[in-house]
Amino acid sequence: MIELLASRYTYVLMFVLLGIGIYMVIASENLVKKLIGVNLFQTAIFLFFVSMAYIDADGASAPIVPHHGEPGEVMVASPLPQVIVLTAIVVGIALTAVGLALIIRIYSEYGTLREDTLREVRADE
Amino acid sequence: MNSSLVDLLPPLLIVAPILAATLPIALGLRFDRTGWSVAAITTTGLFAAAGYLASVVHAGGRVTHTLGGYPRTYGIQLVADQFSILVVLLVTGVATGVLAYTRRGGPRGNTFYTAYLLLVGGLLGISLTGDVFNLFVFLEISSLATYALVSSGDGPESAVAALKYLVLGTVAASMYLIGVAFVFMATGTLNMVELAEAIPNAERQTLIQAGFAFIVVGFATKVAQWPLHTWQPSAYEQAPDGATPLIAALVSTASAYAFGRLIVTVFEVDYLASMPRAASIVLTVGCVSVLAGTVLAVIQREVKRMLAYSSVSQFGLVITAYGVVIAGGSETAFTGAAIHLVGHGILKAGLFLSAAIVATSYGARTVDEYAGLAKRRPVVAGAMAVLLFALVGVPPAVGFVGKWYIALGAVEAELWPVAAVIFLSTMLTLAYAARLLEKMYFTPAAGAASARGHGPGTVATDGGEQSDGSRSSSEPRSDGGDENGDEGREGLASDDGAVETPLAAGVSYDPTGGPGRDGSGRSPDPVSSGMVAVVVVAAIVAVALGFAGGTFADFLEPFLTEVFN
Repeated sequence: MIELLASRYTYVLMFVLLGIGIYMVIASENLVKKLIGVNLFQTAIFLFFVSMAYIDADGASAPIVPHHGEPGEVMVASPLPQVIVLTAIVVGIALTAVGLALIIRIYSEYGTLREDTLREVRADE
Repeated sequence: MNSSLVDLLPPLLIVAPILAATLPIALGLRFDRTGWSVAAITTTGLFAAAGYLASVVHAGGRVTHTLGGYPRTYGIQLVADQFSILVVLLVTGVATGVLAYTRRGGPRGNTFYTAYLLLVGGLLGISLTGDVFNLFVFLEISSLATYALVSSGDGPESAVAALKYLVLGTVAASMYLIGVAFVFMATGTLNMVELAEAIPNAERQTLIQAGFAFIVVGFATKVAQWPLHTWQPSAYEQAPDGATPLIAALVSTASAYAFGRLIVTVFEVDYLASMPRAASIVLTVGCVSVLAGTVLAVIQREVKRMLAYSSVSQFGLVITAYGVVIAGGSETAFTGAAIHLVGHGILKAGLFLSAAIVATSYGARTVDEYAGLAKRRPVVAGAMAVLLFALVGVPPAVGFVGKWYIALGAVEAELWPVAAVIFLSTMLTLAYAARLLEKMYFTPAAGAASARGHGPGTVATDGGEQSDGSRSSSEPRSDGGDENGDEGREGLASDDGAVETPLAAGVSYDPTGGPGRDGSGRSPDPVSSGMVAVVVVAAIVAVALGFAGGTFADFLEPFLTEVFN
């Protein structure tokens, strides 16, 4: 167990972050916090991708093209997951922007960011 | 044409709408209302290109394009085969058809058409990609465009619906991404064909099983399966009338296609059949959604909500078919799923377009307000009746063919409870379809006219407000009121400001209805002939495709023999 924590701590961290993120989405009444929860959830996945590229190649260096040493001798982390994470980050930013824009519109229409108040306001109308 | 040029068609189909999506905004700086023309030209071109690509695929098998020439182990491949080209044809066809409505029916803003084209590009990307991570990116592109389209509806409710959809949709797509991460960890590749070879030989099978579990949850949300469907009815209801047909017909359809693609091409049927409980989980999700969606549809008052819940159950059928494919290796059920995907897309587009026309002309949004529609708008009511019967599965319409193949597959695989659910769902579909048909054809609008007697000209008796408490009352008043306000100026000039029960108000007009009923011609009829024509075309296509059911199966045959050998 201790060994697992020492060597694979990023995986444990990923599941902790996934849990916190999904809990925020479900439990928080504040719309902005919900969106932060979604972001945390996504970030955990980015962490997962990056750490899986590194762990299998212990001591590997970053996959930057002009590295020193003989080709084939230097251990390099897999660049593919890193490219994936870059793309996923861009997607995540776009989603956050759209989500925040919607929240601004909701706030200007209903004057609240809390979901329970929002429910009451909409029920009253 | 020479083959290298045909290879360019798949990337062109994706890139063209996304590039064209920038044009309405750019041209909007100088000209007003260029959006519709840009969208019309683009989608028509895409439909033609898709048709040509389909003929090439039919004649010579799949067309692949490797982006940038990178090897497929880590590059991205676009693949057009028999299954994906069906979805491409559906996406481009429906996108072109819905424009016939939005020309007059709106929304008219340039940004609306930007989101429209972006959505089409994303959906075509989902259909054509051969890479599981690329699929995630296109899922998100189409989702983003959908959130924008939903939130462009009138009133603040649409923003709430869009945000709900955004949170659920993003978590769902992230679930899919976790699944991809697990599978990638076990195999080291993202290409669908490479994955199909690598998955059965992977050392750590637990990773792949966990990955499939996450992917199932992600797509169950994207396809709106019970109990993860909650985003869908409010999103469909609050989206502008012109956007709902596009969203309802295509967005979940593309996700369901992607799920089917992952099942048959990436994980492969034999492998999933040996995976413990995979078949039973997919079957259970599908069957429960069929029943829950139908029951929820029966109890709805709003027509758009009813149709949305009906989508839950119809996609439940498709997922059930996938379950049958996994459990029994049934080619028949897969053919049924493909036909039902296309058929349901056309039917829902037609039904939501009819609902939009009725809402535009009378502000009628609840089932009760549809009373007497058959007299007022016989063509729209007739087309709607055909589409509803097709949805129920009355032969020879396309809804029947899809359900028939799925049920046949379930019987062949000897999954009797599943077959029972499919037949039961047809009965239950009849329950809500018949409710609407009864209102349109057998309940006279005079019944509504007596309701009008409660306070003619003085009280705003908008039926939508009284009968449905779940909806914000300001919203139906604003859109219903606008339409009725227009008619009020035409027909009841003295009754200014009175908002009648829509069809009851209509009775006091010239009974011929239709264009120019007031004779003054001051304001144009809100319903153009193009809007009616597209609904009629949808109804005709739904019946014609039913006759062509066997052709569908023949068209898919090469794909099926490749996948199920």
